[in-house]
Amino acid sequence: MGNVLIIAEQFKGKLKKATLSAITLGKMVAEKSGGAVDALVMGGGVAAAADEIKVYGVKKAFLADSPALENYVAEPYAQTVAEVMKSGGHEFAFAAATAFAKDLMPRLASKFTAGMASEICGVSFDGAKPVFARPVWAGNAIAHVTIESAQKFGTVRATEFEHAKPGEAGVVTPVTVTADPAKCGVKYVGFAETKSERPELTEARVVISGGRGCKGPEGFKILEELADTLTAAIGASRAAVDSGWVPNDLQVGQTGKIVAPDLYIAAGLSGAIQHLAGMKGSKVIVAINKDSEAPIFSVADYGLVADLFKAVPELTAALKAAKA
Amino acid sequence: MKILVTSKRVTDPDMKIKVKADGTGIVTDGMNYKVNPFDEIAIEEALRIKEKGGGAEVVVVGIGGKDAALEIRSGLAMGADRGIHVLCEQAVDSSVVAQILAKVYETEKPDFVIMGKQAVDDDSNQAAQMLAGALGVPQACFASKVELAGDAKSARVTREVDGGLETIEVTFPAVLTADLRLNEPRYASLPGIMKAKKKKIDEIPVASLGVDTNPRVKFVKMTEPPTRKAGVKVADVPTLVQKLKEEAKVI
Ligand SMILES: Cc1cc2nc3c(=O)[nH]c(=O)nc-3n(C[C@H](O)[C@H](O)[C@H](O)COP(=O)(O)OP(=O)(O)OC[C@H]3O[C@@H](n4cnc5c(N)ncnc54)[C@H](O)[C@@H]3O)c2cc1C
Ligand SMILES: Nc1ncnc2c1ncn2[C@@H]1O[C@H](COP(=O)(O)O)[C@@H](O)[C@H]1O
Repeated sequence: MGNVLIIAEQFKGKLKKATLSAITLGKMVAEKSGGAVDALVMGGGVAAAADEIKVYGVKKAFLADSPALENYVAEPYAQTVAEVMKSGGHEFAFAAATAFAKDLMPRLASKFTAGMASEICGVSFDGAKPVFARPVWAGNAIAHVTIESAQKFGTVRATEFEHAKPGEAGVVTPVTVTADPAKCGVKYVGFAETKSERPELTEARVVISGGRGCKGPEGFKILEELADTLTAAIGASRAAVDSGWVPNDLQVGQTGKIVAPDLYIAAGLSGAIQHLAGMKGSKVIVAINKDSEAPIFSVADYGLVADLFKAVPELTAALKAAKA
Repeated sequence: MKILVTSKRVTDPDMKIKVKADGTGIVTDGMNYKVNPFDEIAIEEALRIKEKGGGAEVVVVGIGGKDAALEIRSGLAMGADRGIHVLCEQAVDSSVVAQILAKVYETEKPDFVIMGKQAVDDDSNQAAQMLAGALGVPQACFASKVELAGDAKSARVTREVDGGLETIEVTFPAVLTADLRLNEPRYASLPGIMKAKKKKIDEIPVASLGVDTNPRVKFVKMTEPPTRKAGVKVADVPTLVQKLKEEAKVI
């Protein structure tokens, strides 16, 4: 026991970077428990992702590669992880807190009637026992918890843990997949991918978010021009997403994406508690809002009281001029 | 058809919360409480399915102390038919909630369950997936669209996931969770509130369910999050650019 299993996430056979933050937590826990850190890659035709992850100091990179796992469905995935954990004596399983893991990990935990800590943002130790810190009430308080069940599960906030560094290469270890998606009562229909040339919201160095103040998709065009000059990702408040101006998965906040870029520019959004929960960890925050009382200014390093339709194009022009 | 929905009593999401000085929790004096917003969306969805015909019964379950009845009643005021209050004074975690709901499920035998994707107090986002796992039934979480099949034996669900929207079909019984974009919940009407007073809420002591109510996740202490100090206001765009370049060095 004491072993840690990292549930890797891949998209089209490419490892998601957020997984590397989960490995970091895994290593911290394993160092105290005296166990090994293994990883598990699941999917159909995803061997490349196991080769990718094995170099990050994991002992075994389990590979569950099967047509049965081609499309993610909770039950066959949970069953596959549970089998690996049982044979591998894993006490802990961690994954980055993405939509995939939020769906999978609690279902997996239920197979062991076990406890799970969501969105782990820190860890301390009581002897060898990890005490997990996790945000509650939209990040307005931090709860410190231990997990009392034999197996312990958690999702990890990628913004709070550095990426694991490459170390001794592990061994890719194929596992036999017994799960049968046909028996799970779920039919995978399809995935409508939001195509974008921009960096991923959760990985971008610069994020530019808009809110209701953008007044429509045209307002976001103005932000996109700024994003182009900064190679930034676009984010949004719930109000902008609800209005259908931008795709759903651009929502930043308590119940959307958690981001912590070097630079976060918020334009035309008020800074509701739920929004702040998703971006307060950014290194530098700039707020552009025409209401000088907007709560976003209370977290902004630099606040500009202005009409975004004037200020943002001006900013874009200034940056372009500086580049040229 | 029977639809089981959940209603958790949570602190008003728009109120600022404070951590108690002794770290035992949050300050609850002067707090307002309401139905977890995601649960309101779940209840709304159940009501819309009911209103489309088919004679569904919508049953609202809440777990908690005496006061939790208020938020079950709120669900009834929106239009749900009947309530179940699992009376439980001690703190529970999502795992215990799931096990309690599994017991309720066994006696109620609904066609499907719709819950909120997460409770906005503990922000766990676990209970529904754990319930589906415990029951061994399909789950369709983070739904932004739910379409019942003609025979009402399955549903096509669009899910909000990273990088886009995923669509799956789940055979009933199943557990669904509501995301923000599923619908806009109605306000309870005055007649709705009056009618709700007469609707039945069954009270079940948690001890009678035979569930191990010890949380698997044990609370140790609560601390303040790191705070950010407000910075400065800049006069114009050129000043902003200069600050970002020379002071913050991010561009
Ligand atoms: C359960 C729940 C979960 C939620 N989750 C999230 C979440 O994850 N993320 C999130 O963002 N929200 C979330 N919300 C919603 C949140 O409470 C706010 O309603 C939302 O963030 C407001 O969006 P906004 O700031 O764009 O709009 P508003 O609050 O309406 O603010 C618009 C701002 O734009 C400014 N403005 C207008 N015109 C201009 C202009 N021309 N130039 C400059 N400024 C201008 C105004 O001064 C105002 O400050 C959630 C709410 C609930 C109940
Ligand atoms: N005490 C409770 N009573 C009723 N429903 C609950 C309770 N706790 C959690 N739930 C349901 O489970 C969902 C997920 O909760 P959580 O796992 O705590 O984020 C919530 O949206 C509710 O629908």
